[in-house]
Amino acid sequence: MNWKTFFAMLSRDAHVARHNLLPVLLQNLLQPLLLVFVFGRVLTTGGLMAARFKDVMLPGVIAISMALSGVQAVAMPLMVEFQFTREIEDRLLAPMANGWLAVEKIVAGMIQALAAGLVVIPAAWLVLGSGVHISLQHPFEFAAVCLLVSLFSAAGGLTLGCSVGQTQIGLMFSLVLAPMMMFGCAYYPWSMLSAFPGLQYAVLINPLVYASEGLRGALAPQVPHMPAAAVLGALMAIDIALLAAGIRQFNKKALS
Amino acid sequence: MAPAAAGGFRAFADGGAARIRLSWNEMGIGIRIEELRKVYDTPPPVAARGPTGFGWQRGGRKEKKKSKVVALEGISLEIRAGEVYGLLGPNGAGKSTTIGILTTRVQPTSGRAFLGQYDVWNDPVKVKRLIGVVPQRPNLDFSLTAREILLFHGAYFGQTAGERAQRTGDLLEKFKLTDRADHMARTFSGGMMQRLSIARAMMHDPEVLFLDEPSAGLDPQTRLLLWEIVRDYNRLGKTIVLTTHNMDEADALCDRLAIIDHGRIIAQGTPAELKASIPGGYLLRLRFDRVPEQFAEELRTLGGVLEVRAADQAGADVYASRGGSLIPAIVTAAQAAGVELRDVTISEPSLETLFLHHTGRSLRD
Repeated sequence: MNWKTFFAMLSRDAHVARHNLLPVLLQNLLQPLLLVFVFGRVLTTGGLMAARFKDVMLPGVIAISMALSGVQAVAMPLMVEFQFTREIEDRLLAPMANGWLAVEKIVAGMIQALAAGLVVIPAAWLVLGSGVHISLQHPFEFAAVCLLVSLFSAAGGLTLGCSVGQTQIGLMFSLVLAPMMMFGCAYYPWSMLSAFPGLQYAVLINPLVYASEGLRGALAPQVPHMPAAAVLGALMAIDIALLAAGIRQFNKKALS
Repeated sequence: MAPAAAGGFRAFADGGAARIRLSWNEMGIGIRIEELRKVYDTPPPVAARGPTGFGWQRGGRKEKKKSKVVALEGISLEIRAGEVYGLLGPNGAGKSTTIGILTTRVQPTSGRAFLGQYDVWNDPVKVKRLIGVVPQRPNLDFSLTAREILLFHGAYFGQTAGERAQRTGDLLEKFKLTDRADHMARTFSGGMMQRLSIARAMMHDPEVLFLDEPSAGLDPQTRLLLWEIVRDYNRLGKTIVLTTHNMDEADALCDRLAIIDHGRIIAQGTPAELKASIPGGYLLRLRFDRVPEQFAEELRTLGGVLEVRAADQAGADVYASRGGSLIPAIVTAAQAAGVELRDVTISEPSLETLFLHHTGRSLRD
């Protein structure tokens, strides 16, 4: 394996991300902050929601940020580079097996997803004001969940980026990403879905459920959440499946 | 022929050329293609898609909706180390697909391709290290400046920071891009993008340089600069493979050529050899108001005429050993037959007339 090539590509992605720092930051921060402000601050201060809701939604918003930013960081450029500008070809001609370029894209996406998720914590804290009860009681669980979540978002981005045509980008948002966000247990604990038994089991295919529940367990254990073992096991299984699917799609796309 | 490691490219040299090329063999890289076939079951890559030329075949009942496109129908050829080799043919002939397979980007349906001792399909990473590719459509990294494109490209190939900076400076200078070096490549004109693509392909000093339609869209001045650069690079002992549908370019640059049409090689050799294979050498394309069979027979009997082919209902292509001096005789014959001569085009021996001779079609048709 040619690590020099691999790291050169990683530094290329870092260079491009640094150049686009402000737009990337806005893209990753604005939506979660608006969510946090409206749901966590406006609705709770107005008395429409219990103050406890802040603890429920903050881990959920972190999960959404991580999941979406990884998908966006990997999928969007890949769609453009594969189908429109073909600019990925210069890297496909570098002396490295094509599959490693897919891995590089995943690593770059994971770094962006982690950064996006972690930057939401202090920002949201400020926006939410007083009365947030989150703590880092389970640092290892937190780290493990973050890593697995960033991996599923980057690998999912790879799979989507190599499968969705450029005419279907809008469709991807409304058919894949929107339901994933709404049924991802980001704004409510999974146990609350027990009133809708069919739905409660249907959402288990949604990786965001485990991301939200896992982060809740690590940061706000006082809120009902899934057991850590279930979360980690499910995330690992999803990661492996998406990784395999993503690399397969990438290799298919890389050759004609 | 066995893909013997050491004898890989030595085996390509033959006859008299072997002695001249032997010194190259120590450093240069040859290419061998055996019975290469490519059938696309999805639309072929844009670069390989021509407006015409592909035979679309509808599959049987099983794959009703799947259209198959045969791009290569079993091509075999050998490119010697250190030569400039041209693939010449109209759009959609299979040139870009051939380049795509040799550069690891297209998976062959069957057949094999060797670059030096490496099987392109089984050893793509080793092959990628040896080749530089200038694509038909610029695929520059639009998020970077011209200088960064070259620097990162060098980094992908493991060059040290000093080496990268040195070569980047040299290449920018050589391709007259120094004053725009720190501008984003996406703001460049077509010609500048093309120059930058070539500079990038040379950045890691590849042994084999592939250029797919390198002068398409270039102004005449830049085209001459490109030719000069290709010749200079070839003088270093590098193998160069280029595709073109420009006869002048093939004639000016290539040591040897293959003429490709509909995925098959229809002729191969040096430009001089190929031109010598045209009967007589001169081609007179004649247009009349009509061409009665008897009149065509009469044309065949004129002195110096070797072959007459009916072009369409009112035309005749006359292959002859002389050009302009044949016109009076043709006019006289036409008047005698009561046929009106409307247009005459005389082509001197050229690859264009060669293509026409082999395919019955002009390259530009």
